[in-house]
Amino acid sequence: MIAEIGLAVLWMAAALAVLQLFAGFSALRPGGKALAGMVRPLAVMQGLLVALSFLALIDLFLETDLSVKLVAENSHSMKPFIFKLAGTWGNHEGSMLLWVTIMAVSGGVVALVEKRLREDTLLATLAGQAFVSLGFYAFLLLSSNPFERLPEPAPEGAGLNPLLQDIGLAFHPPTLYVGYVGLSVAFSFAIGALITRDVGPAFARAMRPWVLGAWIFLTVGITAGSYWAYYTLGWGGWWFWDPVENASLMPWLAATALLHSASVLASRNALRAWTVMLGVIAFSMSMVGTFLVRSGILTSVHAFAVDPERGSFILALLAIYIGGALALFGIRASTVTEGERFSLFSREASLVFNNVMLCGILGIVLLGTLYPLMTEAFGAKVSVGPPYFNPVSAIFAIPMMLMMGVGPLLRWRKDKPARITATVAIPALITALALLAVVVFAPGIRILPMLGIAVGAGLAIASWLPLNGRNLRRTPLSVWGMVVGHFGLGVALLGAASESAFSTERLAAMNVGDTQSVGPISLKLLSIEPVAGPNWTALEATVSASYKGGPAVTLHPQARTFSSPPGERTESALHTRWNGQLYAVLGNEGDDGRWQMRFWWKPFVPLLWLGGLLVAFGGLLALIGRVAQDVKRLRVNDKIAFRKARQDMLK
Amino acid sequence: MKPLQSSHRHSEPFHHHSQPFHRHSREGGNPAHNRWNWIPAFAGMTKRVVLAMMIILAAPLAAQDQLPPAPLAYKQLDDPAQEAKAQALMETLRCLKCQSQSIADSDAPMAGDMRHQVRTRIAAGEDPEAIRAWLVERYGDYVSYAPQNKPIMWPLFAAPLVILLLAAILLRGRFRRSDTKESGE
Amino acid sequence: MSDQRPKRSGLAIWLPLALFGAFFVLVIVGLYRPADREVASAFIGKPLPQFNLPAATADRPGLTTAEMKTGKPRLLNVFASWCVPCAVEAPQLAALTQQGVEIDGVAIRDRKEDLDRFLASYGNPFARIGKDDLSEVQLGIGSSGVPETFVIDGKGVIRYQHIGEIRPEDVPMILEKLKEAQS
Repeated sequence: MIAEIGLAVLWMAAALAVLQLFAGFSALRPGGKALAGMVRPLAVMQGLLVALSFLALIDLFLETDLSVKLVAENSHSMKPFIFKLAGTWGNHEGSMLLWVTIMAVSGGVVALVEKRLREDTLLATLAGQAFVSLGFYAFLLLSSNPFERLPEPAPEGAGLNPLLQDIGLAFHPPTLYVGYVGLSVAFSFAIGALITRDVGPAFARAMRPWVLGAWIFLTVGITAGSYWAYYTLGWGGWWFWDPVENASLMPWLAATALLHSASVLASRNALRAWTVMLGVIAFSMSMVGTFLVRSGILTSVHAFAVDPERGSFILALLAIYIGGALALFGIRASTVTEGERFSLFSREASLVFNNVMLCGILGIVLLGTLYPLMTEAFGAKVSVGPPYFNPVSAIFAIPMMLMMGVGPLLRWRKDKPARITATVAIPALITALALLAVVVFAPGIRILPMLGIAVGAGLAIASWLPLNGRNLRRTPLSVWGMVVGHFGLGVALLGAASESAFSTERLAAMNVGDTQSVGPISLKLLSIEPVAGPNWTALEATVSASYKGGPAVTLHPQARTFSSPPGERTESALHTRWNGQLYAVLGNEGDDGRWQMRFWWKPFVPLLWLGGLLVAFGGLLALIGRVAQDVKRLRVNDKIAFRKARQDMLK
Repeated sequence: MKPLQSSHRHSEPFHHHSQPFHRHSREGGNPAHNRWNWIPAFAGMTKRVVLAMMIILAAPLAAQDQLPPAPLAYKQLDDPAQEAKAQALMETLRCLKCQSQSIADSDAPMAGDMRHQVRTRIAAGEDPEAIRAWLVERYGDYVSYAPQNKPIMWPLFAAPLVILLLAAILLRGRFRRSDTKESGE
Repeated sequence: MSDQRPKRSGLAIWLPLALFGAFFVLVIVGLYRPADREVASAFIGKPLPQFNLPAATADRPGLTTAEMKTGKPRLLNVFASWCVPCAVEAPQLAALTQQGVEIDGVAIRDRKEDLDRFLASYGNPFARIGKDDLSEVQLGIGSSGVPETFVIDGKGVIRYQHIGEIRPEDVPMILEKLKEAQS
């Protein structure tokens, strides 16, 4: 019954989306005003219905209703609660339903709260949102119905992939999803603004919180994904520029650029066409990423995920939405006026510079990801990996980070270099000193980590300079957000550079009782014992580790075996210190009875993810600041309007 | 749209070259070749792989690769300088049995055998680039993550320059205009 | 609002759409071309590298490069007892030996007892079986999985690589390749 309700409600929501689309567009025409009042309530209703449908699916998974195909294929009655829950979106159909849910709910929220935008632009935006959702409704209802019943209920579910049975991973994909889909709202705003030719500060202000919100989720998602790869894959790597990672990075890069150009538009009424275009590009990158991953077109030799029907469907959506939006941009952009102009030496110019650098990285990542596909058309199979992406993205990233130290100190519109030279001297000096220190004390390291440490240190200091001379209590939250965000990036860069420069590795075959060492840490294998978890058993090593002869800590790396479905996974053990992380992995047993152990000492590597979280936290501060500002402004406007109305009445 | 030919991809895991998960079966649902699963759509894939594995495990031919890893697959070279060289090279060689992984971070036995090759040759004093060339001669450019200096890769190297040039062209007029105007004011 | 001058030249505005168009074409081509997703050996047309593999079983000798230069084309089958498709192709290998084709085997990462069991149940078409525990020969000839079958001509030059199991319909093609290798 629940499944049928879920499906019915989903169909109703799709029908409402059709209504919303037509009502929205006809309201834009002269004489169509009658329908204008319907659009907002429709958007809210649509959001509620889809949310209900998603709740229904969650319920089916929690109940483990094995008469539903999706549940039978992806869940298992013995699974822990949290993974039953995560099973809801840990599959194609469920994740698509999550996608439309977020999309429709966001649309509903826009309809409820957005009051700054011109009414016609808002109607166009909501119509656009409905248009985009419709494609995904069609996808869901026509080719990936999550509520399909089995003719006979299955005796037991097939279970969830052991790799996905990890708490971090259970919530990692939906986090990225919220980010992807949040950008669809920015996309709809861009479409709405293009249709009504209303590209101005109001549009940027309306769009900004959505971009910020989406960007926060993307940042957290990427950070978490990188950490997951780090501790689950068992080799200590945290980023490999593989197509899936790139697919999540590209929307982030575009959203970061959009975030900054929207700020310029909101406060300076400049960069209009550029901001609209980034609004389109950011969501395009979400869809392109989703397509690249789902179609399996880029997966190397052994891809089993490939479902051509799904790939074609997403490609068709891509052509309609992205192609359509870019065509609309081409037609309308020439009528979007330039907006306020600014000098080469100004805050705006520095933001433009960094926008270009971000887009440069984006271009490189996109090209590098697609390049093997291109050469294959010429009959050549090639691989593009870290040896390309690292240095080439650094070409753009390093100037960008240097500019990040300077830009926030500049005044809007026009500034004089002399005004900030003294301030900039501090981080410049620190960058130079850091470079010198690395060259002197760690001569052997590669050039990129070396630059990374220098630039990271400089940026971490420089990011605080905008607070210089400000009354800290009166500093707006959004400025704090910027400071913390930029600081976080510097910190992350330090962590990344330190990891790649100073990591030490120890591979060892050990008997129980053997000792080993990695970097400054001495290790002893104390025991290997079998242990059992809720749906897995494991061999667990007990390793004692001591840093430079200090007190010993114990680590428990495991080799887990899952029963339903069968599979194995290494569970690495981490010991975090303030100055680094010890990483331990239990491998196989050799013929001679010794155990393959792998250890890494990675100095300052936690800074990488700490930095990522700081970046996200900076975004959160900015979001809270912006929303509070908007609410305040709305209240003031309401008050003025109320007084005016009262005065009119008194007259 | 015309559906894809099924021969296009390994929709059917047994089709041939079942080695990926056979060879990996010692590691089971090994993260090694499942780097992709953290995107939900890929859960489906793994399930299929896992189902395939279940069938294989149930078959009488359940035997898997039982051999211990190659001697230098999980053992570092004694000379730290040589080991660093080997490590740097291994990080840029593609594991042929995995999805987007270097041989330096894969548990696939074939990756282990490749590491053994690399370490043996480095220990014998061979130059890392010579080893890379040796592998490229056998597997093509695909095996190397470091782009080779060949005409087909030139556009890739030109890309950053093209992007910078394009940005310069688009922006130059803009600033000059505003600057002249400001100086004119 | 400042001025009402159009913002950019017409061409730049259409650049994103043009790039997207290029992406779309690329992807369509990629999706619909029956792409070859195997890593083919780049070593076709080159002589076998020097190797000297010990015997993998008691009743068949090991394998050296020199022994493969018999003046007559033969097959080199890279296989393992732990590989299901290798069992699937056994009847085809048997059919090929019946036609007078000589087949040498390279057993990848295999144990003698597993191999004996495998050959006992699926037949032993091999003239020699070399034991390749470190995948040395496999790497040496650019093979990336099991089973793979190489056509080696009389001078020891690799002429053709068949990736995956030999299916019944592949047998005539393999015979054809062997004939080609004779010239």
